[in-house]
Amino acid sequence: MKKIPSISRRSFFKTAGVAICASAVSSRDAQGSGFSEELMTVLDISKCIGCGECVAACKETNAHKFPKVKKPIPKMFPPRVKVEDWSDKKDIDDRLTPYNWLYIQSAEVEHRGKEYELHIPRRCLHCINPPCANLCPWGAARKEHSGTVRIDEDICLGGAKCRTVCPWHIPQRQSGAGLYLDLLPRFAGNGTMLKCDRCYDKVAEGSLPACIDACPEGVQTIGPRSEMIRYAKGLALEMDGYLYGLNENGGTNTVYVSPVPFEALDLVVEKGKGKPHLAAVENSMANEETLTSALIAAPLAGFAAGVIKVVSDIRKGKRYD
Amino acid sequence: MTNLLLKLWTPVLVLLGITGMGQMPIFKRYYVADIPGLGWLGEPYIVHWIHYAAAALFIFLAAWFITIWITERGKVTSTGWIRITLLALLIVTGYVRVIKNLPDVHFSPPVIMLIDWTHLFFAFLFGVVALWSLLTGKRPYLRVRE
Repeated sequence: MKKIPSISRRSFFKTAGVAICASAVSSRDAQGSGFSEELMTVLDISKCIGCGECVAACKETNAHKFPKVKKPIPKMFPPRVKVEDWSDKKDIDDRLTPYNWLYIQSAEVEHRGKEYELHIPRRCLHCINPPCANLCPWGAARKEHSGTVRIDEDICLGGAKCRTVCPWHIPQRQSGAGLYLDLLPRFAGNGTMLKCDRCYDKVAEGSLPACIDACPEGVQTIGPRSEMIRYAKGLALEMDGYLYGLNENGGTNTVYVSPVPFEALDLVVEKGKGKPHLAAVENSMANEETLTSALIAAPLAGFAAGVIKVVSDIRKGKRYD
Repeated sequence: MTNLLLKLWTPVLVLLGITGMGQMPIFKRYYVADIPGLGWLGEPYIVHWIHYAAAALFIFLAAWFITIWITERGKVTSTGWIRITLLALLIVTGYVRVIKNLPDVHFSPPVIMLIDWTHLFFAFLFGVVALWSLLTGKRPYLRVRE
């Protein structure tokens, strides 16, 4: 299995080739439009030793994207709206925060008579059809051609709807920063939302995301989605293991491979605010996808009903007499 | 049947307006969702589904009325033209947004923002014009035939 990551790495660079060739990162490349196929990451958690190198690399690499908080942070109206200020707690790394987009969950479990101590790097899974982007009313959250789901921190008003609708509640809010300060800071919005952007700027330059680059154990592999699905399934078959993320929420571009069922891991990992679960997730956008059929049929049905009405009126002599 | 559909027009537009505003997390913030019976306004997915369903019903009604209007060659009032234009723009931007929400469909960030912001802007303008038409007694879309 060792060969596959190197193939994937080559394919990753091939996939990102358009961006690599660019001498400077244009905004177009930075939006990930040069990708022929969405990128997916596979995490073999049997390899993760929980060293935290990925967490440190993520923080260091993305520090320039962290919000610049203007203090004092305006008090919110009505008072039920709480300010969320992490600017004095930037070092916290045991959960997701606006300044910590990746952390490591740990689990001690027994499976088939064997004891396991597993570590699971947790961050945004970059959904195939992300509800955070689809339900954002402001156009601040979006999915890019590379498969990366990003929140534009300059546009975001910090309403945190993305966090509410995310099945894992991944995005984290920092009050006192962002566009809302220039609008009605007390009455609308509450900061800016932040989460993993899969190092879109590094990827556009042809580099690997920081967490993948820094990992001494080669836990993560990134490459074209179709190739990564084959790799993840092969890896699971080899270790007689389990997959998480391939079908969750209708499919994501992050797949975890584990020797222990994720139901068992979900029972023992610490969960809560900024600490996502590992439970199975139905497709959040399934109803919207069904209702789209109704929206396609509606004008045709309305037109047909209208024609029937007109023909009926003509036959009854109610029109054109 | 036509009378029933006519009676649905305003309530469906009001529902679209409310669920459209509900796309922004304001109803929970400003206690509206705390009012008994209105808790659903604080549930993003429910508000989204109702907005989609109401939009489908509205487009059915619009297609029905347009078909009858074309065959009757009815004359549209000036405020009717403004509202019809704004509704057409809302329908176009709404459909683009629905397409964007399908899996494997991505638009560039400027397009997404343009669609979101113009949909919001046209809805606001329509609300203003509709209210003005109501208050000034210019409610009909079509001139009454003599």
